[in-house]
Amino acid sequence: MIVGITIIVFLITNVLGDPVALLLDPLATREEADILRKELGLDRPFHIQYLAFFGNILRGDFGESLHARVPAMDLVLQHLPATIELTVASIVFMLFVGLPVGTLSATRPLSLIDRAGQMIALVGQAAPNYWLGVMAILVFGVQLKMLPISGRGGLEHLVLPALTLGTFGMAAVTRLTRSAMLDVLGKEYVSAARTRGFPEQIVVLKHALRNALIPVVTYVGQLFATLLGGAVITETIFAWPGVGRLAVQAISSNDFRVVQAVVVVASVIFIVVNLLVEIFYSWIDPRISHN
Amino acid sequence: MGALRKLPILSGGILLLFSLTAISAPFVTSHDPIRQDLASTLLPPAWEEGGVWDHLLGTDSLGRDVLSRMVYGSRVSLSVGFFSVFLGLAFGTLLGLLAGFVGGWLETLIMRIADMQLAMPFMLMAIAAIGAFGPSMMSVVIVLALGIWPGYARMVRGEVLSVKQSEFIDAALVAGCRPLRLMLRHILPNILNTIVVMATLNFGMMIIFEGGLSFLGIGVQPPTPSWGGMLADGRAYVTVAWHLAVFPGLAIMLVVLGTNVFGDWLRDVLDPKRKISSLRG
Repeated sequence: MIVGITIIVFLITNVLGDPVALLLDPLATREEADILRKELGLDRPFHIQYLAFFGNILRGDFGESLHARVPAMDLVLQHLPATIELTVASIVFMLFVGLPVGTLSATRPLSLIDRAGQMIALVGQAAPNYWLGVMAILVFGVQLKMLPISGRGGLEHLVLPALTLGTFGMAAVTRLTRSAMLDVLGKEYVSAARTRGFPEQIVVLKHALRNALIPVVTYVGQLFATLLGGAVITETIFAWPGVGRLAVQAISSNDFRVVQAVVVVASVIFIVVNLLVEIFYSWIDPRISHN
Repeated sequence: MGALRKLPILSGGILLLFSLTAISAPFVTSHDPIRQDLASTLLPPAWEEGGVWDHLLGTDSLGRDVLSRMVYGSRVSLSVGFFSVFLGLAFGTLLGLLAGFVGGWLETLIMRIADMQLAMPFMLMAIAAIGAFGPSMMSVVIVLALGIWPGYARMVRGEVLSVKQSEFIDAALVAGCRPLRLMLRHILPNILNTIVVMATLNFGMMIIFEGGLSFLGIGVQPPTPSWGGMLADGRAYVTVAWHLAVFPGLAIMLVVLGTNVFGDWLRDVLDPKRKISSLRG
C-alpha cells in the first residue's frame, strides 16, 4: 500500500510538473537547465529515480527542501506539533458538544432541544469551513476584538481555528450519536436494565451510550487520521504553522520534495491511526475480535 | 430537522431556484459581472447607509456588482458540482461493476488503488495535481472526479457481489444472458437507487471543495466570478466591507443545505433497506 502511494506521489510531483522548468528563471539557457537537472538527479530514467526515491523514504530521507535548504523531513516534523495541537483541540470540541447534544436529542425526540440540535447539525454540515473561518474572524476578531485571528500562541490563539475546523465534525457527531442512541435505546437490554430498576441516567449513560459509541468512534477516528495530514484551509486562513499550510506554500513555490514528504507522512499517519481505531473497537466492544 | 425533512419541496425548491438562476443568468442580472467601475468601489448593500438600490448587495473592491457576480458564480459552482459528480460516478461505477463482476486479479487491482487513494490526503493531492495540470475549471472537475470515484467503486462492487447471489441472476444466466447484458440490464438497475442517493449527497460536497480550491486561488481563475474566489477577495476586505465575504458563503451554505436535505429524503424514499432511518437523523 505504501509502495503504491509513493508511486502516485512520485508521478504527480515529478512527471506532471517539471521542477526544473519551474525553478529556473525564464531567461536561463538550455545548458543551465541541464546542469540543474543533473544536480537534482532528474536526468536519470524514471524507474531509477523512483527506486532511489523509495530507498531514501524508507530511511526517512526526502531530500533537501529546495527553498529552505534543510531536509524536507525536518520541516514536516517541525510543523507537525502545531497540526496535532489543532486537530486534538477540534476533536475535543466536536465530542464535547456533539456527544451531549446527540444524547439529549435521542432521549427526548422531537423536543425543542432535539429540533435545535438537529438544525445546528444540518447547518454545520452545510457551512464550508473557509466561510466559517472568515466569519469567525469578522465577528470575534474584527467586530468584538475578543480573540487573536492569526498565528499560534497561547490557548486563545487555538479557539477560532479549532472551532472552525471542528464544526463540520461536531455536526456529524451530533447526528451520528442521535441516530445510534435512538437505535440502542429501543433494544431489549435497555428495557431490561430499566425493568431491573436502574435509574434512567445510568441506563442512558452506561448501558446505551457505550453501545452507541461505535459508529461515532469509527467516524472520529477517520476524521482524526485525515486531519493529522494537515487542515489545509483552516491553517491557511488563520496562518496556523502546521503541515497543511507548509504543503500549500511548498506547492505554490514548487518545492516538490516538501510536498512529497507531507503527502507520504500524512498517508502513513492515516493508515496507522486507522489501525489503532480498529484495536480500540475491541476495547469498547469485546464482541469484536481481531484474529 | 423533522419539519425540514418532511419538506423535500423546500430543499428541492432551493436547488431548482439556484439552477434556474444559473441558467438564466444574463436575463436576471442588471450588471456585467466583470465590468469594473472604479468610481463606486466597496459600496455596502442597498439597505445600509451609503448603499444604492442599483447595487442591491453592494460592490466589490473593483466596483463590480456583487449580486451579478453571485448569479454568474452559481454557474461555476453548480456546473463543477454536476460534472465532477457525473464523471466520478461514471468512472467509479464502471470500475466497481468490473471489479464485482469479473473478480480475480482485476478486482484486487481496482480495489487496492481505491484503498490507496482513500488513504491519501485529498485536499493536498488535489492542490498538487492542479498545480501540475494548471488551474482551470476543467482541471478542478477532473481532480474532484478522481477524488470521489473510489467511493462509488467500493459501493457498487459491494452491491454487485450481493446482487450476484440472487436467484434472478442465476435465472438470467441459465437463460443464456451475455455478461455485458447481464451487467447493464440486470445488475445496474438494481443498484441505481443507491448510486443516485450517493451522487446527490456528493454534489454538495463537491460544491464545498470547488469553493475551497477557488478560495485558495487554484480553482476557477479570475475574472470568471466564482463563490470561492469572491470569498477569498472578501477575506482581504473583511475589516472594511463585511458583505463581500458573507453573501457568497451564504449561497454555498444554502445550496449544500438544500442538497443534503434533499439527499436524505431521497435516501429514505428510494432505499427500502434504510426506511426506518426516516425516524432518525
